[in-house]
Amino acid sequence: MNVLVCVKRVPQTGGRIVLTADGQAIDTKFLGFTISPHEECGVEEAVRIVEAHGGSSAVLTLGPAAAEDQLRDAMALSIERAVLLETDGSEWDPVSTATAIADAVRAQEAADGGFDLIVFGNESADSGGYQVGIRVAVALGRPVVTGLKGLEVGDERITARREAPGGGWETYELPLPAVVGVKEGINLPRYPSVPGRLRAKKKEVERIPVGAASGGPAAAAGAALGPLMVVLRLPEEQASEAEIIGRGAEAAPAVVDLLEKIGVLDA
Amino acid sequence: MATLPERAKVVVIGAGIVGNSMAWHLAKQGWKDILLIEKGTLPNPGGSTGHASNFIFLTDHSKEMAAFTLDSANQYRDLGVYHECGGIEVARTPERLGELKRRIASSTSWGVEGARLLTPAEVKAMVPFIDETVILGGFYTPGVGIVDSLQAGTLMRQAAMDLGALTVTAGVEVTGIDTKDGRVTRVRTDGGEVETEVVVIACGIWSPRLAKMAGASIPLQPAVHQMIDIGPVPRFANAGSEVDYPIVRDMDTNMYERQHGNGFEIGSYAHRAILMDADDIPSIAASALSPTMLPFTQEDFDPQLEDALELFPEIVGDESVGVKLAINGLLSLTPDGNPIIGETPEVKGLWSVAAIWIKEAPGIAKTVAEWMTHGTPEIDPHGSDVARFYDHHKTAQHIAARTTEGYNKTYGIVHPMEQWASNRPIRLSPAYDRHVELGATFFEAAGWERPFWYGTNESLLAEYGDRVMPRAAEWESRWWSPIINAEHLAMRDRAGLVDLSAFAIFDVSGPGACAALERLCVNRVDVAPGRTVYTPLLNPAGGILADLTIMRLRHDLFRVVTGGGLGMRDRKIFIDGMPADGSAQLYDATNSLTTFGLWGPRARDILAAAAEGGADLSHAGFPFLTSKAVDIDGVRTLASRISYVGELGWEIYVPIEQGLRVWDALWRAGQPHGMAPVGIGTYAVTARLEKGYRAHGAELELDFNLVEAGMARPTLKDADFVGRAAYEQQRPAPPAATLCTLTVDDPTSSTGVRRYMLGREPILDLEGRRIVDAKGRGSYVTSAGSGPSVGKHLLMAYLPPTHAKVGERLQVEYFGERYPVTVAVAGATPLFDPDNSRIRA
Repeated sequence: MNVLVCVKRVPQTGGRIVLTADGQAIDTKFLGFTISPHEECGVEEAVRIVEAHGGSSAVLTLGPAAAEDQLRDAMALSIERAVLLETDGSEWDPVSTATAIADAVRAQEAADGGFDLIVFGNESADSGGYQVGIRVAVALGRPVVTGLKGLEVGDERITARREAPGGGWETYELPLPAVVGVKEGINLPRYPSVPGRLRAKKKEVERIPVGAASGGPAAAAGAALGPLMVVLRLPEEQASEAEIIGRGAEAAPAVVDLLEKIGVLDA
Repeated sequence: MATLPERAKVVVIGAGIVGNSMAWHLAKQGWKDILLIEKGTLPNPGGSTGHASNFIFLTDHSKEMAAFTLDSANQYRDLGVYHECGGIEVARTPERLGELKRRIASSTSWGVEGARLLTPAEVKAMVPFIDETVILGGFYTPGVGIVDSLQAGTLMRQAAMDLGALTVTAGVEVTGIDTKDGRVTRVRTDGGEVETEVVVIACGIWSPRLAKMAGASIPLQPAVHQMIDIGPVPRFANAGSEVDYPIVRDMDTNMYERQHGNGFEIGSYAHRAILMDADDIPSIAASALSPTMLPFTQEDFDPQLEDALELFPEIVGDESVGVKLAINGLLSLTPDGNPIIGETPEVKGLWSVAAIWIKEAPGIAKTVAEWMTHGTPEIDPHGSDVARFYDHHKTAQHIAARTTEGYNKTYGIVHPMEQWASNRPIRLSPAYDRHVELGATFFEAAGWERPFWYGTNESLLAEYGDRVMPRAAEWESRWWSPIINAEHLAMRDRAGLVDLSAFAIFDVSGPGACAALERLCVNRVDVAPGRTVYTPLLNPAGGILADLTIMRLRHDLFRVVTGGGLGMRDRKIFIDGMPADGSAQLYDATNSLTTFGLWGPRARDILAAAAEGGADLSHAGFPFLTSKAVDIDGVRTLASRISYVGELGWEIYVPIEQGLRVWDALWRAGQPHGMAPVGIGTYAVTARLEKGYRAHGAELELDFNLVEAGMARPTLKDADFVGRAAYEQQRPAPPAATLCTLTVDDPTSSTGVRRYMLGREPILDLEGRRIVDAKGRGSYVTSAGSGPSVGKHLLMAYLPPTHAKVGERLQVEYFGERYPVTVAVAGATPLFDPDNSRIRA
């Protein structure tokens, strides 16, 4: 089973998000970078599938040169190889991103053989477009299910489960090769080990320049096939007021009254 | 949380371990109306305390830092938050093994109990998951422990509140500190204003920002310390407690590792120093974890992981053990590595309490609380005094340079004489170019480049042969040259010219000057104009605060001359001592005057040759401890007949822009007399020790008194002065210890190499036991150096009465070996020229 997992480098934000002065990006001066929790589960899922069924695993991202960090993080968890579709750092829309990834998948498959399964996180942690995985699947002509909280892998097929609106589960069977979008909760991702980190540090990352970085047109400005980000704006902060209803054991009756009032306890 | 009061007796800003300790110690000292303001939430407001590793290694080569640490450990013990697990510093190299032996010696000097060297197998027995084949040995201290610094803070806050002394407000951020006429008046916050006359800045990495609000300076630098936490470790699955194994410091890789619960923490000081501006620290809201827990920079840590893997393969190499947390934690670095405490010299009532580590925090807080309350801290804080900095120390460039350089010394093997390399040269004597031409090796003092010895004096080595006491061991040869001892001998035989530009010089003038100085000084300064007074300063408890000379130049003008190292601290003492009515003023002449010392049997002939005709330099015409104008080559200088080297001669004070002319004139005059340029190695070490002259910071500290130091004079002046009552009680009582000069009888080591102690080593009795006096103070070497004229290596040490006897045989420990020493002088009598006939020639 050959598995490709796709991830996106995003800022690891704190309690309050700070924007750059021009409103074009999150100010990352004090922030680290990570991938979304869905994608962390995607990486874990890929690792588990290969552990259970054999085969190979790869991780791919489209992003700036520094996104190599996120690829190495995945390799520290024993993903075997990594591909960086290296941009000039500008924001890419979902259509351009999906097109570039689909092109890269075709090229990878032509060279190294096909991926049985391509795993995406359900949505990215920053723009949350919910589109790239589906668009890649359509471009490659492969079946896709997203929102997965369960995945079983057979020889020729996979069984995918997701929560149904209103409760219960939807179960899908997909022929391979296929594309899936997984959600946080499908598994509990492991931490990288120190030997894993050290091995990942020494591995090669395959770098493929794309868009302006490849000398071509800047994808976001050029293709403009999908929605474009114009400006970022923070929502109004919801003012909240805290009322101290008592201290220590003496506060217990007031707490009970309140719990009754909001229906947690029966009066 | 309480609302902000309108007034407070004292406002403590910051509720990390330091601020909480301050609140408690102030309350304990009887302060009421203490307000503790914290911008974060309690109990973990988000400063460095919250992510600290919380372990406490007790040994430090610095007496002051060891004292703060031992005191802090005792405080944590009393609070019930100290978990003693022991600690081992391991050596991977022979040099480090030698350093560990030095640490044993320092442990003995400062009273750290039970410290001992371990073989690799003994380390393995205590830490079974270590690869003992990687190490050569370990330095084990049983009293090393882990503290819960957040819980300690909570308990101390609660104790202060239980005394009814403390109000705590969290979630309130200080936005300004107002001053009027140089004094604190008000603290402004986003929750209102508080009137107060005393503000304590206990803000850790934010301290510079708060100080700036009041127009003061706390020159510390936020910097990154990396750590990761891995687990769960199978071996620790059934860990009996938070810490079952000793903490390991892997000194040669600048790392530490420790078990906690089922996890394993790996910390590093080896990566490049990553500095941050205090204004760049993110707000609490904008931080991913906390303002002091910044995103991990993997590339800085990767090389360290290899080292950790090598030492602890079983744990770090376990594929099932995951990296759970990895942070770049912010901590405070200071330009010289010491804390920054005390009242700021810029603003009265504004106090700094900036620790670097958890290990010294409660100790420095207690010290500052005592200082604020009575002016009598139990531990002498002079090395940490915020007033110690010169202006150039406060520049961003200096702070960044020295903290960067100092960061990698955290676990380094630092020679006692080791010089800083960065941000030099800063302060240059007018004769600097001459020193360069003479091949000077420069040591830095207070920013001044001081010749320690001169390369061109190498020719003297042949003249003096083995009298220069050559050193074979690399350690003692480092930052040293036999030329120092040759210069010493040349000065004693003929004459030497010494550049003393690093002196701090204050001119105190006005009708109230005499009375103000009398109030500060032990010895009488109300002497005839033209006289010079050597005097100690005491604190109210009778501890020795400083020693310096004062020249009375006119009836209403006095010149105070003190060492450059603590010049700015001394300046604050004098400024604080100026009368409120403005009847006396202090002018800092440090940067206006330069000083040259001319000493030796030929000094009178040389000065006579350099001086314009008619100057009476005879002993009768220019007696010892007097000063007068002497014109040299068209420059009017002030010559002061005095000596710190035990020879006839003068200090010559010169307007700094005319200094080069005077140096050249003295140089020309000296050549026919065989005068040598003489470095500070002679002035401050060898000549001083032969004469038994005491130095502040070595022999003279707050924990000693004048009787013990052999500096009590037979009579007491009439005027009152700071510390008088305590001094009067000390005078008739037999001293608990007496300052002695000892000679090393045989410096030959077990391998046949002559070894020379450098200072701070423990003095032991003939059975090898630590010597402790009735006040609980251990005996240690306060100063050490060659005595070329007496042919012995000399040590000074305070000894209790049973040992403070001439001829008493004792031992000194050095690099794990013991050497026989003999008390040569008990008290202040000089070993060399005991009658002082040379000075009074």
